[in-house]
Amino acid sequence: MKLLSLTAVELGNKIRAGEVTAEEAALEAFDAIDRTENQVHSFVTIDREGALERAREVQKKIMEGSLMGPLAGVPVAIKDNLCTKGMLTTCSSKILYNFIPTYTAQAVQNLEKAGAVIVGKTNMDEFAMGSTTETSAYGVTRNPWNLEHVPGGSSGGSCAAVAAEEVSFALGSDTGGSIRQPSSYCGVTGLKPTYGTVSRYGLIAYGSSLDQIGPIAKDVTDCAAILEVITSYDQKDSTSMKRKDTDFTHALVDDVKGMKIGIPGDYLGQGLEEEVKEAILAAAKVLKERGAMVEEFDLSLVDYAIPAYYVIAAAEASSNLERFDGVKYGYRTKEYEGLHNMYKKSRSEGFGTEVKRRIMLGSFVLSSGYYDAYYLKALRTKALIKQAFDKAFEKYDVILGPVAPTTAPKIGDSLCDPLKMYLGDIYTVSVNLAGLPGISVPCGLDAKGLPISLQLIGDCFQEKKIIQAAYAYEQTRPYQHCPMA
Amino acid sequence: MSKKYETVIGLEVHVELATKTKIFCACSTAFGSAPNTHTCPVCTGMPGSLPVLNKKVVEYAMAVGLAANCKIHQYCKFDRKNYFYPDNPQNYQISQLYLPICYDGGIEIETEEGKKTIGIHEIHMEEDAGKLVHDDWEAVSLVDYNRSGVPLIEIVSEPDMRSAKEVIAYLDKLRMMIQYLGASDCKMQEGSMRADVNLSVREEGSQEFGTRTEMKNIGSLKAIARAIEAETARQIDLLESGGKVVQETRRWNDEEGYSYTMRSKEDAQDYRYFPEPDLVPIVISDQWVQQIKDSQPELRDEKQKRYVSEFGLPEYDAKILTSSKKLADLFEATVALCKMPKKVSNWLMGETMRLLREHEMEPEELSFAPEHLAKLIALADAGTINGTVAKEVFEKVFAKNMDPEQYVQEHGLKTVHDEGAIRETICRVIKENPQSVADYQGGKEKALGFLVGQTMKAMKGKANPGMVNQILKEML
Repeated sequence: MKLLSLTAVELGNKIRAGEVTAEEAALEAFDAIDRTENQVHSFVTIDREGALERAREVQKKIMEGSLMGPLAGVPVAIKDNLCTKGMLTTCSSKILYNFIPTYTAQAVQNLEKAGAVIVGKTNMDEFAMGSTTETSAYGVTRNPWNLEHVPGGSSGGSCAAVAAEEVSFALGSDTGGSIRQPSSYCGVTGLKPTYGTVSRYGLIAYGSSLDQIGPIAKDVTDCAAILEVITSYDQKDSTSMKRKDTDFTHALVDDVKGMKIGIPGDYLGQGLEEEVKEAILAAAKVLKERGAMVEEFDLSLVDYAIPAYYVIAAAEASSNLERFDGVKYGYRTKEYEGLHNMYKKSRSEGFGTEVKRRIMLGSFVLSSGYYDAYYLKALRTKALIKQAFDKAFEKYDVILGPVAPTTAPKIGDSLCDPLKMYLGDIYTVSVNLAGLPGISVPCGLDAKGLPISLQLIGDCFQEKKIIQAAYAYEQTRPYQHCPMA
Repeated sequence: MSKKYETVIGLEVHVELATKTKIFCACSTAFGSAPNTHTCPVCTGMPGSLPVLNKKVVEYAMAVGLAANCKIHQYCKFDRKNYFYPDNPQNYQISQLYLPICYDGGIEIETEEGKKTIGIHEIHMEEDAGKLVHDDWEAVSLVDYNRSGVPLIEIVSEPDMRSAKEVIAYLDKLRMMIQYLGASDCKMQEGSMRADVNLSVREEGSQEFGTRTEMKNIGSLKAIARAIEAETARQIDLLESGGKVVQETRRWNDEEGYSYTMRSKEDAQDYRYFPEPDLVPIVISDQWVQQIKDSQPELRDEKQKRYVSEFGLPEYDAKILTSSKKLADLFEATVALCKMPKKVSNWLMGETMRLLREHEMEPEELSFAPEHLAKLIALADAGTINGTVAKEVFEKVFAKNMDPEQYVQEHGLKTVHDEGAIRETICRVIKENPQSVADYQGGKEKALGFLVGQTMKAMKGKANPGMVNQILKEML
């Protein structure tokens, strides 16, 4: 039986029912990794021995009855910007080539407590800066649907690993679309929760006010179950929220009757590939047929989201990445003269081009004389975008649109024109700016056979609404396995 | 010098707060431990770690602000100040720029020239940096992050001071106020209170400020006075010789009595301040402000007034006793036990101060229990011991926190009131000192004192001095 072709929840059920063991599941994951990794390259670090040992421990607890959760014994991959105690955590950067954290990120700890078995750390765009997983210092990850194409980014390794069925599910992080966009390119389901829902403690920060950790899996049921496990109020994260409505799996209801769904007309305009548009509108039609009220509306300010996002994220990143200086951990240049030369050389050699670009951009918008014109203006834009969404959610339960304007581009096509790459984030970044939850759900394939996804956006703390809409849609379309898996 | 100049001074005072734990993590703030033993992922800037604000820091900052008559920003935020230096593990310091917790206050100082209010521009909260240790043998520098994340407040004054005397009066007032609040021990020598001096000169009568310099690394009140004098002279010399003062940061070297340029305005770093995204804004309710107000302890000025009205002390006594919180606490605790405020005051202002000077100690270092001073006063008051013995016993109380009753008992120091024994001793003294007796009888009053002294000496200081005097006169 191919255990990895099951969803995480299905596999968890089999393990708890005693049909298979956690160790068998882990072994099968490593078989799949052995088969596909040299083509896809989803991982930076694979921990075979640790995972198998852990699987045996978990199995014991399952048999004792002390581990009863849906994810007990299920193999998982973790994006390499989440700290894992004793396990290399590189952010796919040379500057952290040897960094082994002394503690585990809270969200990962929650998964471990639930009995999930970590098989390794996945590749990503360096420090989550990028939309293709090509900016990794450890080589590109390839899209399992077509190896000539990118898996998207920055959580490209996590999404590729799930699509290639190397693991049952994965964790990613989403600052401007980094869970939803690669999920879309890889034909899997990815959810970015409301800001403050999942603790950021142990997530190596890119844009602190925008970063959220979220699940990547085959279907909506998995995403709801995983989110339920990783969500926690964490005193170690000041931006963490105390929430009561975190029983996300209760929203797995196949019913959209009377649900009000708005499609921003601005999301269907110029730049959107025709095939993607058709797939999105077809999905909207399905939801309408199932009883939802679907209409187009004007969201406004869409054009301002990209510049506001890149100013805020780069500003925060320029400061967040200052700690990587060669003094305390990570890469230090071999030869240097004095402190400042050491800083300069370590950082020049340790960071890649895209990271340097964003550090420069962020430093510039924060410098005296430019702060008001760029950073403050971006913050004001952010507030206006939030207001536009608030207004929309007075009328609609969820907002439906594309995740990305195109399907996965070819490897090498994006990096030569970074501005064009940035514009590809147009449908995802405003969700982060407004702190909203969003989910990417597969809805078709283009002529090249590459996956297309729709995005459902909810108001703050309304994950349940998008989960319900996504679940109802998903019931009309069985999960399409990637041909490679 | 043809023109008359005026010095204009503003201070930036950093005060380490007396919290048990650091500002953004649960590590201890204890001073003097082995390097890097009070550290965690947060205060060493590990990737993925996040700061969480210590509420006590906000309360101390508010308490100081309210005592300094400041307004409170009830919606305030932290900002990041970005600069690269190894003592700063994140390469940014979490501080406050845009919305400091306290603003627009002032405190009254008193100098020989009278009373004056020094404006407080703002008080903000921030984290301290670690400590670099330069190893000259190995030509390497090491970092100790124990101090990284210790909470500080920075008190920024208006440029309202005009002399070193005013600066010292202001710092004294500030120190005392903060000590009374319990917000810090304010020890300049240990670095828990540090002051940077912003100074400019201008022609007397001028309304415009001159170009200012900022002086750092000043370790004591005396050094501040010296630095101010030297910098004033340097700036006046520059102007008199046709030069210009350059806006810059200077480093004071107290041994050489000279300051050196650290960096000029052109080299000034752009700190790229922006709101700290890892912390949420602090929302301070009216109720919280009121709670801090209500729990404010009695400060020095009030205490001083009360000592005069409640205990009938002279103003001078009240001023000295309240000059240190420790002294005032000791005074009040002792009075509560023995109900003799003037006597307690005399012991503290007399013998206690004398011994402090003799041992080069600060009042904060006093370690004897108020119970012991109260017992000593009671013993002396009842005539159980005489004044000379009392002073001797007090030295033991001061040095070793000895129980005076026990000490008097063990060493047989009780005053002798036995008239027979005194007479007997006096007879002997008269016999042994015929010359003094003759002198006294010849009209030399002074000789009596000598004879009293001889009697006391013979009785090991324990005789009742009044009785000795009386009996001696009678027998002569």
